[in-house]
Parts: sequence; structure tokens; C-alpha cells
Amino acid sequence: MQPRTSPEVGGMGHSMKRKEDPRFIRGKGNYVDDIVLPGMLWMDIVRSPFAHAKIKSINTEKALKVPGVLAVITGETLAKYNLHWMPTLMSDTQMVLPTEKVMYQAQEVAAVIATSRYAAADGVDAVEVDYDPLPVVVNPFKALEPNAPVLRTDKKDKKDNRIFHWEAGDRAATDKAFAEADVTVKQALYIPRIHVASIETCGCIADFDRVNGKLTVYMTTQAPHAIRTVFALVAGHVGLSEERIRIVSPDIGGGFGGKVPVYPGYVIATAASVVIGKPVKWIEDRMENLQADSFARDYHITAELAARKDGTITALRMKTLADHGYADAAANPSKFPAGLFSICTGSYDVSKAFVEVDGVYTNKPPGGVAYRCSFRVTEAIHAIERITDVLAQELKMDPAELRMKNFIPKEKFPYKSALGWEYDSGDYEPALRLAMDKIGYAALRKEQAEKRARGELMGIGISSFTEILGAGPSKHFDILGIKMFDSCELRIHPTGKAIARFGTKSQGQGHETTYAQIIAEELGIPASAVQVEEGDTDTAPYGLGTYASRSTPTAGAAGAMAARKIREKAKKIAAYLLEVSEDDLVWEPGKFSVKGAPSRSKTIQEIAFAAYTNHPPGMEAGLEAVNYYDPPNLTFPFGSYICVVDIDRGTGMVKIRRFVAVDDCGNIINPMIVDGQIHGGLTMGMAPALLEEISYDENGNNQAGSFMDYLVPTAVESPSWETFKTVTPCPHHPLGAKGVGESATVGAPPAIANAVVDALSHLGVKHVDIPITPEKVWRLLKEKGLAE
Amino acid sequence: MAMHDIQVTVNGAPYDAQVESRLLLVHLLRDQFRLTGTHIGCDTTHCGACTVLLDGQPVKSCTVLAVQANGRQVSTVEGLEKEGKLHPLQEGFWEKHGLQCGYCTPGMLMTTCALLKKNKNPSEADIREAISGNLCRCTGYNNIVKAVQFAAERLGKEA
Amino acid sequence: MIPASFDYHAPGTLPEALALLSKYGDDAKVLSGGQSLLPLLKLRLGQTGHLIDIGRIPGLEYIREEGGLLRIGGRTRESALEGSELIRSRYPILHDTAKVIADPLVRNMATLGGNLAHGDPGNDHPATMLALGAQVVATGPKGERVIPIEQFFLGLFRTALRPDEVLTEIRIPVPPARSGGAYLKLERKVGDYATAAAAAQVTLGSGGTVERVGLALTNVGPTPVKAVDAEKFLVGKQPDAATLGEAAQRAAKAASPSADRRGSVEYKREMARVLATRALKLAVERAGGR
Repeated sequence: MQPRTSPEVGGMGHSMKRKEDPRFIRGKGNYVDDIVLPGMLWMDIVRSPFAHAKIKSINTEKALKVPGVLAVITGETLAKYNLHWMPTLMSDTQMVLPTEKVMYQAQEVAAVIATSRYAAADGVDAVEVDYDPLPVVVNPFKALEPNAPVLRTDKKDKKDNRIFHWEAGDRAATDKAFAEADVTVKQALYIPRIHVASIETCGCIADFDRVNGKLTVYMTTQAPHAIRTVFALVAGHVGLSEERIRIVSPDIGGGFGGKVPVYPGYVIATAASVVIGKPVKWIEDRMENLQADSFARDYHITAELAARKDGTITALRMKTLADHGYADAAANPSKFPAGLFSICTGSYDVSKAFVEVDGVYTNKPPGGVAYRCSFRVTEAIHAIERITDVLAQELKMDPAELRMKNFIPKEKFPYKSALGWEYDSGDYEPALRLAMDKIGYAALRKEQAEKRARGELMGIGISSFTEILGAGPSKHFDILGIKMFDSCELRIHPTGKAIARFGTKSQGQGHETTYAQIIAEELGIPASAVQVEEGDTDTAPYGLGTYASRSTPTAGAAGAMAARKIREKAKKIAAYLLEVSEDDLVWEPGKFSVKGAPSRSKTIQEIAFAAYTNHPPGMEAGLEAVNYYDPPNLTFPFGSYICVVDIDRGTGMVKIRRFVAVDDCGNIINPMIVDGQIHGGLTMGMAPALLEEISYDENGNNQAGSFMDYLVPTAVESPSWETFKTVTPCPHHPLGAKGVGESATVGAPPAIANAVVDALSHLGVKHVDIPITPEKVWRLLKEKGLAE
Repeated sequence: MAMHDIQVTVNGAPYDAQVESRLLLVHLLRDQFRLTGTHIGCDTTHCGACTVLLDGQPVKSCTVLAVQANGRQVSTVEGLEKEGKLHPLQEGFWEKHGLQCGYCTPGMLMTTCALLKKNKNPSEADIREAISGNLCRCTGYNNIVKAVQFAAERLGKEA
Repeated sequence: MIPASFDYHAPGTLPEALALLSKYGDDAKVLSGGQSLLPLLKLRLGQTGHLIDIGRIPGLEYIREEGGLLRIGGRTRESALEGSELIRSRYPILHDTAKVIADPLVRNMATLGGNLAHGDPGNDHPATMLALGAQVVATGPKGERVIPIEQFFLGLFRTALRPDEVLTEIRIPVPPARSGGAYLKLERKVGDYATAAAAAQVTLGSGGTVERVGLALTNVGPTPVKAVDAEKFLVGKQPDAATLGEAAQRAAKAASPSADRRGSVEYKREMARVLATRALKLAVERAGGR
């Protein structure tokens, strides 16, 4: 797509350099831990070594004697203000600090306030807690057994560990289709718990100003307005009032969904600041981050497909057990306890489908978040792409051919899926063909056959995913009742420059650039002259924040719509200045000119100046607009990825030889930024496929609680990604854009898993759960007699 | 416990400080000298967000004591730009979109700064190996490689 | 990530350092590169009252061949080993080893002496030094003590180094002609400890048979494992595939790995075998064998 604007203007399609980079490349970013306020105190947290235990006593005597320690806050302290429990974003409840028992290892037990970072750490070491261990529930299946200990004893009348049951589709019709099918396949798969592990951990500075009664919290949050409203609702009874709460997200060092939840640390620091009257800083360290903050995934899925002999899929059935830890602290839209899992029919035209998800409590940290994906879409797509390959193997059909056969054809869009979604647009076949062409698919299959004859192992894995983004239309989407619109407030200055504020919050996605490019596209004001701001609830219009790839679909659209309102007013001013009627005017980016007399024109800059100096009588001065955008639908980006792996028969190590990614995210604002999002998502998709996993032993001890064992890929493990595009615009988005931040995290794991299974399929291997560790592969080789 | 009087030269300028034995170099730089460009990302010496040059060698400043830097030269990201002119690496990261959230970036810049002094024409494999002690979650590393290659070429032309 | 308090001393000479170590005994620890010690202190998993920093003492970093020995100063940085042309060309097993320790940044601080003295079976140099038949020079208040490497590793985090000694030098006999060595490490990702690793150093005789061999394993026991039985088996034999395979089998039998996230006991033992096979094969190739 050729850009409509010049590189100097920098509208859509230009790979302009990012406007936010100058501060980051100089080390002048402003992250929470960089901020220092006068009189600031430090907070550090005492955490439970036990996964489930009664608290018999907390002895703070020694801690209070440590030089620099001012106070120790416990659940008892907070209970006085009824702040020891708080609601989660899914309307469950979780502890801020416990008064009776702890329910996961590393749970917050007490907080030390001190005059320095080091004194606070010493204070934590000196707090003595006496625990009485209780039986631990770690296995979610066991949690549902009749004699399992009931974990949420705080909930009156609760007799089990169930959280929710959710279903979608037509059970009866689906069961019938399965009964009548030529072929059925079934596969159990586990998508383990993982962690976003952004390089910056979570933290805040809570600053309660006693004189003005105002609370300011600098916070690592992806959704500052939601936080502000939650704080007002939760702490209204202690005198916090929404107009005197300011949440500021400064620069955030990566979010990926992990900085959406309200963590106890934020609430404790705020309570401490209110009580003491000084700013309180809390910055968690990495082990706290990995062990206590919200996890992602942890879905036990049984996936089934029914098909005709010729490979046409006729039905899909999925049953899932969702392990939520001790509280449902997911950040899903409220009507969707299993997120958008029902996208699990994926890219295929499946006429009958039924899915059900049961959520269950266990003694693990609460959650889960949408980690660099839309809500639960990674789980859904992993399941459908794996079971599709299982079907291909069963039918002895090439997996690319099977996919082509079942893709929703272009003509069927907008497509109503059997599970209730209306996919906006898609053209799946060209994307897969492009991927096959770029990877050299036919030649690779030939090579594979030759290698197999020599006992060498290589695999080719495909993943053709459809994502579902941009939550979401107010009809169905809300978080704690707040609708999931997003917003833009745009103002043009007399000299033709602009300031645009949004309700979202970038944590590296480049909004300061891409939003400016949207304004540039719509108004012809150079992107370099558009100041973009987000993250300060005192100034930004209300929004639900940035996660689940929702920014471009919602706030980006709001920016375009606000710009169009401005263009409407600008047209009136231009007509006035040129003394013609509005119908006689023609717009091109940057100016209105008279039809048939193009030399008679007014630039947007001239119009802006006139808005303050020479506006039409009867019209308000100024040139600004606000738009709260309620998306009419979600958006459905898609893609096809192909991965080639080689397996070492001696060690079981999997090496990715090549990875081709074809993505379609509709119209593209900044190609360079889009590619960056995809590269990052691919590495974050490869990680759980091969390396990352958080697991617990039978006593609830976290076995990957530091970077020693939670394996984040380095530049050596991460391959050189090859990325390509097709463009299928979104029919309902003002810019035809769909959003892309997270597609790669969704599409990559099944491509890699499918490649490994493909490498071993001739040995009869049908499935391997991720992470595909060398030992898992080695065991299969040993079993099949192919280990070195 | 005894306090120590130390002097550390940071980006060419002498800094005096009085420190506990246990003060980590990264905290000296960030909290006492207010050079907050160097970041903290972990507690087990893995992530490299804290990378600085110590007498020209890239090291993880979270695993060096401030007292160990007494009388020595430290270079941080704040010292890369000279008299308003960006270092070719800074230009490269900007040109080639080698950063997104910016948090790992100072560490990446210092490590690759030392790399290019040692190896004027690093291959992709050389670059990936050199930054294997610096974790990034945003970029997937592809563009970081391109940024370093851009800088190597630019430095080659300037030579 | 903040250590508990301790006192810090930066002696300018070795005698000063030794005097401090004698004075504080068990309550003191030597700070060399600090890349094993400081992480422990930061997690408060280890405690010490006094850190004796040997970083200011001149004359502890060197790599030179003299008198039939390769002599390396105890405080020589891993990055110096990795970058040394002498090591790369004449002691490839040592080059292999230095290259895979942690990551490039850690290697700029970490020292060879520290890697050995820490007594961590997960560290990489111990197996290599066993394969090379090295000697450790420990300097104490009464002077130098030369400890054969086979007697150096006593148990988990325990070495023959006394609390009042500093590891000042490592001595490796210059290998004769027709020698080759290799260190192969299986790790989950760069920077990890070994799932298993094997160090093999071989000298071939005139008939192409194995004249001398050192074979040792990393991280498959509470100490580095010297595969004595495998070594005895190999001497005098032609290093063909079957023989090397049998030797590797024997080496794996000598391993007693613990199960952890890197692998089960069975897998680690098998990996010890696979890596020992590959390391021997590469060592033989480098020695000028087949």
C-alpha cells in the first residue's frame, strides 16, 4: 500500500523513526524507580515460604529495632481500615495482607517501611513469622475431587474449589456431528503456567499529600484510569475520592499484561503513605515478580476434531480446566471468564462446535493475565493448531493441504463462527502460500524424506492462526462494569501543531509515534508536530489501557475519529476563509482547496491559526475534539507461520533452523514498528515452546522462581526471524487497521510444537506438550530406539 | 560496620561518595550519583540491564560492589553522547528500531560499545554472542543486530 | 537482592591479604571476581563478616608457559583466557571451557581461581583441570603449597583450600606433541550451568593408540567427576568409535547426578555419556587422530 502522505508528514505506511527514542537511547527514560520525591520512604515485603499455612504470629520487635525501619504493616493494620481484602478485576476477592492464612508461596505477609532501600531489606529479614502449614492443593484435577481441602474458607458457604463454568456453542449438535463423523481425533494438552517477565519489574511510589488531600501514585500500570476508579471504589471509605486520586504511568519497561492487575504492593504502599503522610516507594525484585505476580496460561485442554474422510472438518469440541491460583484475578472482560477462548475454531470453517471451561482454585498466585496475546487466545490457537496437525497425521494428509481445505474462504467474510464471533475480514490461503513459498516448502519435504532415510531428524511445522483483538464493543465487553471503549482528546494549536492525549498506555509499542502518524494521516499535520501523551489520569481522557493488542483498534480509531471531527470544523473555517460553500471544497492531506481552482486553498496550519484569530461568527473558537470510540466489533488479524527444526539425536536439543512469519494485520501504520512487534512476539512465543515454564512441587514450592530456572531466551537462542505481510484491511476500523502487538506470541508456539512433532511423526509420535525440553524429546527418541 | 570513602570517575568526571561495604555499584550510580540510565532487571546476575563499562570492560554493575570501583573508570549510557553528538550506536538503535520499551537499551548500548571497540566488523553471530548476557523481552533481538551493524558501518566510515 | 552487612578490606599485597584471612578465619571470604560469591550474598544465602578483596594485589593475573608448565595467575579473568591466542591455539580445551562460562559480561569479572575455589560442581573449569592433570598453588602464611587437582575437590562447596590461603596459580603441564582436548557443555541456554559437560584431553602415541587421557565430567555429582575407570580403559587402545563409546559408558557410570529442572538422573547420566563420547572424539581429532 502506497502512503498517501509524504515522508515529511509521516502518515500511514511510513517507517518513521520513533519520536520517543531520543530519551531512551540517552538513558533519560523516566521509569518508576528513577523517580525520587522529597521525604520518600522505601517499602519491602515479607513473603510466605509456605503455599498454604495459618499465620500463628507475626513478631515485628526485631524488625522495628533495625536502624532506619519506621513501621511494619500487617493484615491487622489494614483490617482496621477494611483494606486487608480487595476485589479483583473479575469480581473475585484477594488478600492485600492476610489476617488468618496464606494461600500461595511468596504471598505478601507484612510490609516494612524504612528510610532507605537497604534498611527496608534488613527489616524484612528481621520480621519473624510463625506458620502452621496446611495441606496444599497444587493439582487442579485433585482440587475438584470431593475430599479436596476447600481453599477459600473466607467465602461463606463455599464447599468446593470451583470458580466458574463457562460454555459456548451447541453441545447437542456437536456431539451428534462427532457420532456421525468418518474420523475423529482427540488430544489432551497442557499449556503450562508462564510469566511475562518484563525486564522492569512492578512497583510504585504512593504519595498522599495531607494538605490537599490528594493521592498521587506513580505506578507501573498499563491501565491507569481503571486503577484510579478501583482505588476510589475500594478506598472511598477511608476518604480517597476519585477527583483527588491521580495515577501516573511514567515510562514503563515492558508490560505484556503483567502490569494490568492491582498488586497488593500498590495498595499497601498507598495505605502506608496515607497513614504516614510521606511518599512510599515499593519496587519488587525479580524473584518476587516471578513468584507472586500474575501468571499466564495454565490451561489443561482436551481438544477434539471430527472430520470427513477427505479431511473436511465437521465439528470441534474442547474441554478445559483453568487453574487460576487462589483467586480469579484474571483481567478478562467480565462476561468472559475464559477470555476469548471461543476463537478456538481458528481459521477454519467449522460448522458445529462446543467448548466448555471450568475454573478452579489452587494454592498458587492468583491470575491469569493475557500475556502478550488477547485474552486466552494463545491457549485457544495452540489447541486448534495442534489438533489440526493431529488430524493431518491421522489422515496421512499434508498439514498445509489440510489447512487449505478447511480455511474460511474469502467470500464468506464477514464470517459468523459456530461459537458466536463475527470475523471481520480474512484471506487465509494467500498468507499460507506466501509462507510456503518463502520457506521453500516443497524442497524441505524432499529434504526431510532424504534425511529420514539416513536416520536424521528434521521437522516442518505450520501454524495458521486467527487472532481476536480490540476488546471491545460495549454490547458485550466491560471490566468491572466499565465499558471497553477508548479515547482521544485532540487539540490543534494556533501555529498548526497538535497535542493528542489517549486513554491507553504504551509500554514500548510506540504510541508516541504511531498515534501521531494517525493524526498526520487524517489531518496532514506532520507527525513530528503532534505531541502524544498517555498515562496521567489528571489529563488523559478515560480509557481502559493497553493490553490484548487493543490500542490501535480502539484508541487508534478514536484518534482518527477525533481528527475527522476536527476536519469537519476545519472545513467550515476553510469555507469561510475562501468564501465558498463547504460543498465546493476538496480535501487532500494538509489542505482544503476549491474544486476546479486548486491554487485557492488553505492549509491546515492556516486554518488552525484562523480558529483562534479569525473564526466564523457564531462558531466557537479553537480547534479541538474528543472521541470515545466504541468499536462495532473486534478485529481479526491472522497469519501463517512455518518453522523448520533440526533435532540432535544425542541430546534431544531442538534447533530452529528457519522461521518464516506471514502476518496480516490489515492496514499498517508504521511497517518498522509492526515488524518490531512481530519479532518480539516471535521470541516470546518461542520461549514457552522450548524454554519457559513455572511449575510447583507437591508442596506448592515454585520451581522456577528466578531467572536461574525461568529461562528467558537470549539473542543466541532466538533465531533470525523472517517476516512478511499480506494486507486485508479491516472493514469496520476507520483506518482499516487491526492491531498486531501480540499475534506472534499466539502463532509461534504451535508452529514450533508442530515442527517438533512433525520431525518425529514417522516414529509414531503424535503430540508433545510445551515446553519441549531436550529431555522430553530424548525420552521419545529412546522409546522409539532412535537415541544416539 | 565501617563506611568507606571512595572516588569513582564516571564518564570522565570524578565523583566522591561515602558508602557501606555492601553497596552495589548499580545503586551507587543510580541512587547516589542520580545517573538513572543504568537499570535493574533481576537479582541473579542474568538480565544485564545494569551493564556499564568498568575500565572499558562491560560488566554487570549489580554484581560489583561500589568499593570495588574505587579509583577506577566507569562509563554509563549517559556518557555516550559527546557534545550533543550521538554515538553511532545510539543512532543505529534509533534508525533501526532497536528498542521498544527502552529498559534493556542502556545495557545493550554499553555492551555493544565495548564490542565494536574490540571487533570492528562483527558478524551477526558475533553480535548475538556479545549480547547474550543482555536480555530483551520486547524486540526479539533482530533489530538490535541491525542497529549494531549500522553502527559498525558508520564507525568504519568515520575511521 | 541486597546483601546483609559485612566489612570490606582491599589489601594491596598478598601478605596483607593473608594476614587478614588469618585474623578473621571462618568469618572471612576472598573476593576475586565475585561472580559466584556476590550473587550468594545478594540472596542472603551465604553470610560473611569480612570480604577480603584481592583485586588490588598486583601480579595475580598472567598467562605464560615456562619450565614445561602453563602457568595461569589465580585472578586471571575468564575473558582473558577466552581471548588469549596462546590458549586458543595450544590449549583448545581451556578455550572451549572459558567460552561457555556464564555469559560474556560475567566473564569480564569472573576469575579462574574463583571458578575453582568456589567448589561448585556446576562450575566448568574443575572438570577441565582434572582432564589436564593440573596443579593448584595455594599461598598461605607459611608460603606456597602445590595441590594436585585430583586432591583439590573434597565435596559440595568444599575444596582443599584452607581459610587462610589464597589460590594464586594454576599449573598445567605443557602437553606433548600429538595432544588434543575438548570441553563440550550441554546447557539449556547461554548462561546456564551445565546439564552435563565433558572435558577430554588426549595424547596419542606413535602407533595412534592412546598414550595418556584425562576425562572428567561437570555437574553430575557433588564434586566434578574424574572418570578414572574410563581413563584406565582407554590407555593403550586405538581410539576408534567403539572404544570411545565404551569409555564414555564407563564415565557415565561414574556420574551420580541429582534430578533438577535441567533433567532427571537418567537423562543427565545419558548426556554425560553422549558428551563424553563427543568430547573424546573431538580431542582425538585435534590430537591428529582420525
